[in-house]
Amino acid sequence: MSWLFDFWRSSIGGKVTMAITGLLLFGFVLAHLLGNLQLLAGPEKLNAYAKMLADTGALLWVARIGLLAVFVLHVVTAIRLARGNRAARPVAYAKEATVQATFASRSMVFSGLSLLVFVVYHLLHFTFGVTNPEHYARKGAGAGGHDVYAMVTQSFAVPAIAIAYAAFQIVLFLHLRHGMQSLAQTLGLNHGRYTPMIRTLSFLLAALIAGGNLLLALSVQLGLVEVAR
Amino acid sequence: MKVVLHIWRQQKRATPQDPKQDGRMVRYELDHVSPDMSFLEMLDVLNERLIGKGEDPVAFDHDCREGVCGSCGVVIDGVPHGPERGTTTCQLHMRSFRDGAEIWVEPWRAKAFPVLRDLVVDRSAFDKVVQAGAFVSVNTGAPQDANAIPVPKADADRAFDAATCIGCGACVAACKNASAMLFVGAKVSHFLHLPQGRVERETRARNLVAAMDAAGFGNCTNQLECEAVCPKEIPVRVIAEMNREFVRARLVEQPASGKRVGGDG
Amino acid sequence: MKLDARIPGGPIQQKWDTRKFELKLVNPANKRKYKVLVVGSGLAGASAAASLAELGYQVECFCFQDSPRRAHSIAAQGGINAAKNYRNDGDSIWRLFYDTVKGGDFRAREANVYRLAQLSVNIIDQAVAQGVPFARDYGGLLDNRSFGGAQVSRTFYARGQTGQQLLLGAYAALSRQIGLGAVKMFPRTEMLDLVVVDGHAKGIVVRDLVTGEVRSHAGDAVVLATGGYGNVFYLSTNAKGCNVTATWRAHKRGAGFANPCYTQIHPTCIPVSGDHQSKLTLMSESLRNDGRVWVPKKAADKRPPAQIPDEERDYYLERKYPSFGNLAPRDIASRAAKQVCDEGRGIGDTGLGVYLDFRDSIARLGKDAIAARYGNLFHMYAKITAEDPYSQPMRIFPAVHYTMGGLWVDYDLQSTIPGLFVLGEANFSDHGANRLGASALMQGLADGYFVIPYTIGGYLAGQKPGAVKVDHPQFAAVSGQVAELTRRLLSIQGKRTVDDFHKALGKIMWGKCGMARNERGLQEALREIPALREQFWRDVRVLGAGEGVNQSLEKAGRVADFLEFGELMCRDALERRESCGGHFREEWQDDGEARRDDAAFCHAAVWEYRGPGQAPVRHEEPLEFENVHLAVRSYK
Repeated sequence: MSWLFDFWRSSIGGKVTMAITGLLLFGFVLAHLLGNLQLLAGPEKLNAYAKMLADTGALLWVARIGLLAVFVLHVVTAIRLARGNRAARPVAYAKEATVQATFASRSMVFSGLSLLVFVVYHLLHFTFGVTNPEHYARKGAGAGGHDVYAMVTQSFAVPAIAIAYAAFQIVLFLHLRHGMQSLAQTLGLNHGRYTPMIRTLSFLLAALIAGGNLLLALSVQLGLVEVAR
Repeated sequence: MKVVLHIWRQQKRATPQDPKQDGRMVRYELDHVSPDMSFLEMLDVLNERLIGKGEDPVAFDHDCREGVCGSCGVVIDGVPHGPERGTTTCQLHMRSFRDGAEIWVEPWRAKAFPVLRDLVVDRSAFDKVVQAGAFVSVNTGAPQDANAIPVPKADADRAFDAATCIGCGACVAACKNASAMLFVGAKVSHFLHLPQGRVERETRARNLVAAMDAAGFGNCTNQLECEAVCPKEIPVRVIAEMNREFVRARLVEQPASGKRVGGDG
Repeated sequence: MKLDARIPGGPIQQKWDTRKFELKLVNPANKRKYKVLVVGSGLAGASAAASLAELGYQVECFCFQDSPRRAHSIAAQGGINAAKNYRNDGDSIWRLFYDTVKGGDFRAREANVYRLAQLSVNIIDQAVAQGVPFARDYGGLLDNRSFGGAQVSRTFYARGQTGQQLLLGAYAALSRQIGLGAVKMFPRTEMLDLVVVDGHAKGIVVRDLVTGEVRSHAGDAVVLATGGYGNVFYLSTNAKGCNVTATWRAHKRGAGFANPCYTQIHPTCIPVSGDHQSKLTLMSESLRNDGRVWVPKKAADKRPPAQIPDEERDYYLERKYPSFGNLAPRDIASRAAKQVCDEGRGIGDTGLGVYLDFRDSIARLGKDAIAARYGNLFHMYAKITAEDPYSQPMRIFPAVHYTMGGLWVDYDLQSTIPGLFVLGEANFSDHGANRLGASALMQGLADGYFVIPYTIGGYLAGQKPGAVKVDHPQFAAVSGQVAELTRRLLSIQGKRTVDDFHKALGKIMWGKCGMARNERGLQEALREIPALREQFWRDVRVLGAGEGVNQSLEKAGRVADFLEFGELMCRDALERRESCGGHFREEWQDDGEARRDDAAFCHAAVWEYRGPGQAPVRHEEPLEFENVHLAVRSYK
C-alpha cells in the first residue's frame, strides 16, 4: 500500500484526497439534511426515522466508523496541505491584494476549522448528550429509546443554541460553495461549457444544504414546529 | 506625473533559514515621470537618479522588454505584473497609474523563489521541473517528415495555448499558496495535446509533479489567482488536465512488467 | 591572419556530403572524454549543447539570463523558412539558396548558404518531433505563409511566437540533457574572456552574476553562440542584455571579426516616445500586407492625419517601387522612410516617423477582417502608444534589428582561432549584407542541430582530450586580467552613469553609422568614439562591489566593449566604399538605390585585432559566385 501513501503525500494526491473525501462528506451532509427534514413532519416521523437508523445496529457502526475515517482523512490532509502552503511563502507581501479569488475560496482553512469545532460540539450536543444532558434525557420512541424530537426541539427552543447552529450554516455554505466546484476542478473536470454550470450548481447545492439546515435550526423560533413538552 | 514608490530592498541573498535577511520596504519619491514610460523605464529613471546620489540602484530582472522572455516581473500593489490583465511588467505603462499614486513594488514571494537581491529572485525551480520531463525524448537526427503525423488543428491550437507560457513565475507569486500548478499544468497540457508528446504522458505526469513537489511550491486550492495574473492568460483548465494525467499515471494505469524475454544479445 | 574558408570541392549540391565524409570521427567511447563549452543558450547555443550532449560529449553551457529559455531568440515573431515545398508552389532548395544569396546582396558565401537551404527541411522535422506547436491547417498538416517579400509560401510559423516556440523546443532538448547529467548548465553566468593555449581555444573565464566570483572553465573546444551586437546603437529591438562582449573579447584574443558594418534596420517599429526610451518594439512586417505607408507631401505638416486629404499625401513606397509597393524589402523600406524624414516630412512630435495606414483596408475588407489578421498586433500597439490603430494610422519608424556581421568562420563554423566555433547571429556567415525575413531562426538552428555536431568532431578527433586543465597558467593570467578590469570599473567613481555613456554612443552610431553612412560622418564618429571611450574610463560611475549581484557592473563591462567595438564598426563602414544591403553609403547610390561595387568589394572584410591603441588590420576573403550570377537587386 506504500504506493497509495506516496500518492496521498504528493500535492495532487492530497488534493484528490480532499476532493474525494469532500464529495463523500457532502453526500453525508445531504443525507443528514434529508433525514432531519422529517423534523418538520412531526415527532412520530422523526423518531421513527431515528429508530430505523439505530436499529441497523452493526451497520450503523460501520457507517459511523467509515464516516469518521473519511472525516479524519479530510481534516488530516487539509492540515498537511495547509501547512505546506504556509511554508511555501515564508515572507508575506507588504501589500496584499486579491484579483479574482472568492472570499469562500480564501477562507477554506478558516471555515474548515470552524466546522471542525462545530462538528465536535454538534456530536457532544446531540450524539453524546454532553453539553445539554437535560435535552437528551427524555425517553421516547426514538433512537435507543430516547426522544430525538424532544431533544432537537427543546434545544432549538434555546435562542443561543438556535443562533449558533444558524450561524454555522453560513460557514458551511462558504465551505461547500467553494469545495464543490473545487473538487470538480481537482478531479479534472474543467470545460468551457460545463465549468460555469458546475459553479452555479455548487452555489445552489451549498445554498440548499445550508438553507435546509438553517430552516431546521430556526424551526422552533419561527414557530414551524412545536416544542415537545 | 509624480509617484511615490515603496520598494523592497534586500542586499543579502535569502537563505532557507533567513529568507528576509536585511530586506525592508524603502520609500522613494519620483517626479517627472512620463505616462508613456513603461514601468521598467520608470525604474530605470529611478536608478539613474539613485546612482547620481551615490545610492545603490534597485536590482530587477528584465531582458526583452517586449513581453515574451519572461525575465521581468515584480509584484505591484499586491498584484504580479500590476493592474493590467494579460500584461507583463515591461509592457505596463505609467499611464495605468494616476498622478501622485503610491505604488508598492515587491519581488515574487515564494520559498521556491528565494530573493537574490532587491527584486531579483531565483526561479531555477522552474528549470528543474522542465528537466524532469517537460520534453519529448527525441535526439537530434532524422525524425520522420514533419507532415508524417497529422495533428488536428484544434489539438495543435490547444497545445499552443499552453505552450505560450513564458515561465515568468507570476502564477506562483499570485497564488495564495505559492503553488506552481499553472506553470506545470501548462507543460503537461502542451505535450498532452500532441501525438509526439503523448508517448511519454505517464512518466511526464509523474516526474513533473514529483519535481514540483520537491521544489517546495505550495498546493493548489483552486482560487484561480494564477489565471488572473498570467500575462499569457493561460487558463486553469491546464491544471485540471494535469490532475487527470497524474491520477491516470499513478492510479489507473498498471506499471509495465519490465520483464525480459529471451537474450538481450 | 590566414583566411581559409575550407570550402569542400565538387558541385555545390554535394559539398556538405563531401565534407561530412571527409571529417574525422570521434570513437563513440571516446566522446565522453571531450568537453565542449557552449556559450549562449539561444536557438544556436541550446540546439548545439543538446545535440553535442546527445552524441556523448561532456558539455558545459553558459548563459547570462536566469534560465536558458530566455535568450533573445525567443522574441522572433514571424516564422522560419524551409524549402519543404509543401505548397507545391515551385519552392526548392535551390530557390531558397538563390533568394538568400540575392537577398543578402551577393555578400554571402555560396557554399554556406546552399548548406543552410539544404538543412532547412531537417529543422522543421526536428522541431515537430520535439512538440513545437506550429500552425496547422484543417487537414492537420503544417501551414505556411509567404513572408518578407518571398514569392513562395515557405515560412512555417506558430502564431506570432515562432521564436519562442522553437527556442522552447531547443530548451526542452537541452533540459533533457541537463536532467540526464550530460550537460552542466550555468545560468546567470557571463563569459568575460577566452583562454587560448598554444593557439587553440581551450577555455573561458566567466563571472558568476549572483556571487560575483570570477571562474575558469577548461574544455577541448569552445562554441560561441552569443548573438548579435545591435545594442551598440543603445536603442534597438534587441533585448537589454544582448551584448558583444563574448565575441569582442574572443576577437581581442585573435578571432577575426567580419563585416561589422552590416546591420539590418527593420522598417516597422514603434517610434521613440522620449528620452526615457529603453528599447524599441518591432511591429511584424506582415502589417505591410494591408497597411499603406505615407507621409504628408508638405514638410512640417502637423495636421492630424485624418485631416490630410489624399492628394496631399505621399504614398512614397508605392510611388517609388510600383511593382513591390509597400512590400519592398526591409533595407529599402527603411531607407525610404529616413529619406522622407530627412526632408522634414516625418510625422509625430519628433518628426521621426511615418504613417502605416489601414484606412483603405478597413474600408475594403471591414474592421473585423483586419482585426482577425492583426488583432494581437493592434492590441500591442494600442497598449504601448495609447492610440487606436483602427481609427488613426500607426506611427512607425525603422529600428536596428539584426546584425549580419560577426566573427569570421570557415565552412565548418570554426573561427580563425582553432577550436573556437561560432554559431548563429554571432558569426558572419550566411546572410551577406542583408538578412531576409524568417531566415535567422533557420540559421541558428541549422548551425546548432546539424552543422556543429559534425564539424566539431573533425576538430576534436585531432586533439588529445582534457589536455589543458584550469590549473594551466594561462587561466590564472586571463582571470587576473578580468578581475583587474572589474576592479578598474569599480574604482573610477566618476560622475556619469553607464547608461548615459551607452546612450551617447548610441547617438553617434545611429547618426553616423546607421541607416545611411558617409565618409565625413564616419570620420567624425571615428574621432568621437575614442574620445567618449576615454571619458568613460575617466568618469563612469559604477557603484557597489564585485561580489554579489551588481547589474551596473555587468552593464559597464558590456558598454566598455561596445565603446571599442563601435569604432571598428565605423572603420569597416568607412572602408567599404560601396552600398550593399544594410550598408548604405550615400556616395554610392543611383537616386537613392544602393550601388554595389563588385569589382572592388565582392569580399568579406575580416578585421584582425592588433592590441590597444593599434589600428586593426583589414583582411579580405574573396567571395566567388559560381552558381548565382551577380545582378543588381531591383525592386522597382
